Amino acid sequence: MTYDALIVGAGAAGMAAALSLAGRGHSCAIVDREGFMGGILPQCIHSGFGLHLFGEELTGPEFAARLETEVALAGIPTFLNTTVLSIERPDPARGSDDPRGSDTRGAFRALLSSSIDGVRRVECRSVVLAMGSRERNRGNIRIAGDRPAGIFTAGLAQRLINVDGYLPGKRAVIIGSGDIGLIMARRLSLSGAKVEAVVEIARYPSGLARNIAQCLDDFGIPLYLSHATLRIVGKDRVTGVEVAPLVNGAPNVDRAFTIPCDTVLLSVGLIPENELSSRMGVPLNPATNGASVDSRLMTAVPGVFACGNALHIHDLVDRVVGEATRAGSFCADWLERSRGKTAGERGSGGQVLGEISVRAGKNVRYTVPSSLDRARAQTLSTRSMVPMDHGNFCLRDGESVVFEKKLSWVRPGEMIFAEIPEGALGALRTDAALEASIDPEETA
Amino acid sequence: MISDNTPFDVAIVGAGVSGASIARRLSRYRLRIAILEREADVSFGVSKANSGIVHGGFHHASGFLKTRLEIEGAGMFDQLQRELGFPFRRCGILVAALHPDEMRAVEHLYSQGLANGAPGIELCSRERMLALEPKLSGETVGGLYAPSGGIVEPYRYVFSLIESAKKNGAVLETGFGVSTASRVSDARSGETVWKIDSSDGRSVRARWAINAAGLRADEVSRAFGAEDFEISPRKDEYFLLDKLAEGRPSRVVFPVPSSVSKGMLVIPTVEGTTLIGPTADPVPDKDDFSTTSRRLADIVASARGLVPSVSERDVITSFAGLRPALGEDFFIASSSVAPRLIQVAGIQSPGLTASPAVAEYVKDLLLRDGLELSENPSYDPIVRAPVQARTLSPEDLAELVAKDPRYGNVVCRCEGISEAEIVEAIAHGHATLDGVKFYTRAQMGRCQGGFCTHRIIGIIMRETGLSYDMITKRGGQSAVLEDEL
Repeated sequence: MTYDALIVGAGAAGMAAALSLAGRGHSCAIVDREGFMGGILPQCIHSGFGLHLFGEELTGPEFAARLETEVALAGIPTFLNTTVLSIERPDPARGSDDPRGSDTRGAFRALLSSSIDGVRRVECRSVVLAMGSRERNRGNIRIAGDRPAGIFTAGLAQRLINVDGYLPGKRAVIIGSGDIGLIMARRLSLSGAKVEAVVEIARYPSGLARNIAQCLDDFGIPLYLSHATLRIVGKDRVTGVEVAPLVNGAPNVDRAFTIPCDTVLLSVGLIPENELSSRMGVPLNPATNGASVDSRLMTAVPGVFACGNALHIHDLVDRVVGEATRAGSFCADWLERSRGKTAGERGSGGQVLGEISVRAGKNVRYTVPSSLDRARAQTLSTRSMVPMDHGNFCLRDGESVVFEKKLSWVRPGEMIFAEIPEGALGALRTDAALEASIDPEETA
Repeated sequence: MISDNTPFDVAIVGAGVSGASIARRLSRYRLRIAILEREADVSFGVSKANSGIVHGGFHHASGFLKTRLEIEGAGMFDQLQRELGFPFRRCGILVAALHPDEMRAVEHLYSQGLANGAPGIELCSRERMLALEPKLSGETVGGLYAPSGGIVEPYRYVFSLIESAKKNGAVLETGFGVSTASRVSDARSGETVWKIDSSDGRSVRARWAINAAGLRADEVSRAFGAEDFEISPRKDEYFLLDKLAEGRPSRVVFPVPSSVSKGMLVIPTVEGTTLIGPTADPVPDKDDFSTTSRRLADIVASARGLVPSVSERDVITSFAGLRPALGEDFFIASSSVAPRLIQVAGIQSPGLTASPAVAEYVKDLLLRDGLELSENPSYDPIVRAPVQARTLSPEDLAELVAKDPRYGNVVCRCEGISEAEIVEAIAHGHATLDGVKFYTRAQMGRCQGGFCTHRIIGIIMRETGLSYDMITKRGGQSAVLEDEL
């Protein structure tokens, strides 16, 4: 089997990238480990999806179904219940700036495994990484204490309730205030379980403000901000969680208290899934844990693109679709250019010549992409490390400001987009280095 | 089997590394053997959480029983691995001195090792140490190298020993917590035998009993009316680092030991992760497997001293194990109080290393005390190691999947564990989430079960017919799901 593009992941990102590629006439196939399309969406049975993209409020399954229908109508092949074991580049010169690189046929060879179709190889000219993310777990944040049954990541609990039909516990404490945790606080409450508290170590919640209102406030669930989890207690099954307020950054153990419960849900952040990317030799950005990409969302491996939560963690699925649509379109550009192109048309390692690097400066957690094209209009995604009511996003080349945007309601849990118009960067030297910053602004 | 009127020849209390080794050793003879385990699965006590090291024979002074058994046991692992197929590798052990003052202690270990007969032991310069392990700290001034030292997956070792013993006729009873033991007369033979009762009402009769009950060897000894001693649990805390961690050395790295412990080590496990730890803190409670944030910080600091590239960012989980401390040496002897009872107590480090020799030693005690041992002609030492999809070439995997499609379904993405491997674990009796984890490694990787737990629950229910509320993390009251929607 041979395709122009192989798309790893059938979630919102993978489907949107595939639609974008198919719309440009390129053959592609989508692979996913699960037995259904939509990635995490089918277990997100709450509403709130699609407001930006479709102008209406959909549930996760509804949102997924819309994309799935389009994928089916476009005749895009999908391999479900299938794991990508590896993706190899049999000849690394293909697709690179080597003279032979103009011929990208068979540039990548993927090994797929499934219980239905067995072990197979698929050849493709390009790859879109859209594997989504995984949940940070107890070990990652080093919560001490006992190791009883009853500790779940929020997404696993969501899967157990919404797909498998089992209630993981009846009296829960949720550690971390990520969106899935907040959604699960409401879901557990509606399923007859009692949510005793949400405990967040930071001074502010990490989930969306609307979820704090709709999932905690509406159900009278207390949110303990600036509280550390000291330990989980329970021999066989969880019996409680010991927490303490933070004073000057350290837990004040004299004021520690235990919240009795039988279940602990962890909602302490997501990490882009990049085991496959790393094995392919794709360099990662340590700030996002996703691939490091240029302005075309292409990784440092020519012909490999990344989008969605595998690239960086998004707040809304609508934005995942937007980014993946662009990734698909950039991949199409690349496929079209590499067909019969001359070696001189692309820069070294496949990265566009003349891209200007962007560094995360004051209050900026990261930027995606890591470099910008001087010639085009483009979108930069970023997140603030601190909350502020009003702020100013700024791109500077040394002392000179090349782009700025006023922001309001800046929260670490919400993404910030800077739409940089064509021409804004045109006057910069090729060796310029941009720095992105967000400065708080006083209100009048 | 348990309702059969004929008493067993030998009942072994405890299916940890000692009990399992003894059971397997004795299964070579024409004996009826019962293995009685308190937990829901074998290896769920002391043997589950430890450093997993086959030691180099230099840490203990000659004269101790444990020193002799350590050297003898370490030498027996190659053949055991050939027969049983558990993960084991002689990667070598280093003791790194980070200060010239520590070299005196290293020299002491070296001469101790020589006296013990530790194979191939070598006193090393700084340059030699850094050549043997380039990831060692630049502060290293010298050290010791024990090339015969190695690493083993302790639970997989125990699982394979039990499997071998069962294959040769031994009977395993799990969830069998010994409450009392008494001498009764066997109606058929007229012989006085042990009647061993479980707290849930089951009972087993046996002519001989072996107390290999680990943390509870003291309680079991009292239940048999034998010696009165006290096992003092000592807690070991560990961190496990991701397979991609930069801080993975190629050999086991020890610090220079203190008077109380061997110190905190950096261990490259056979399966590719890196283990750092342990601490060694006495605790009053035999059920206290909790980790403490303070000690975990100590572990990282200590590990970084030896291997600077060890990073907190790579931590995927932490856990604690308990050592059954009882004096300075192993206590392995025929009870001087109760008849026909062998005590195998206080088996802390190097108990894993010594285990094959402990089994040999116990066999000799039984023989001396009058148990007749005649070779079992149908004894089969070989246990087939489970097939692991992740280790196969694409061609071999394709062939296997064509025969059994369940090998093509990757259930645990982090460790690459197929559905067929999970089904096999369940078929071997490991039907709890932890049992599946220790047998297959599913849920042991970087997501720690976030993606595959629900799938494994489904497979256990399908394979065993258990309902959702019977699915436990590790048996007993550790139910995973509380209700159905």
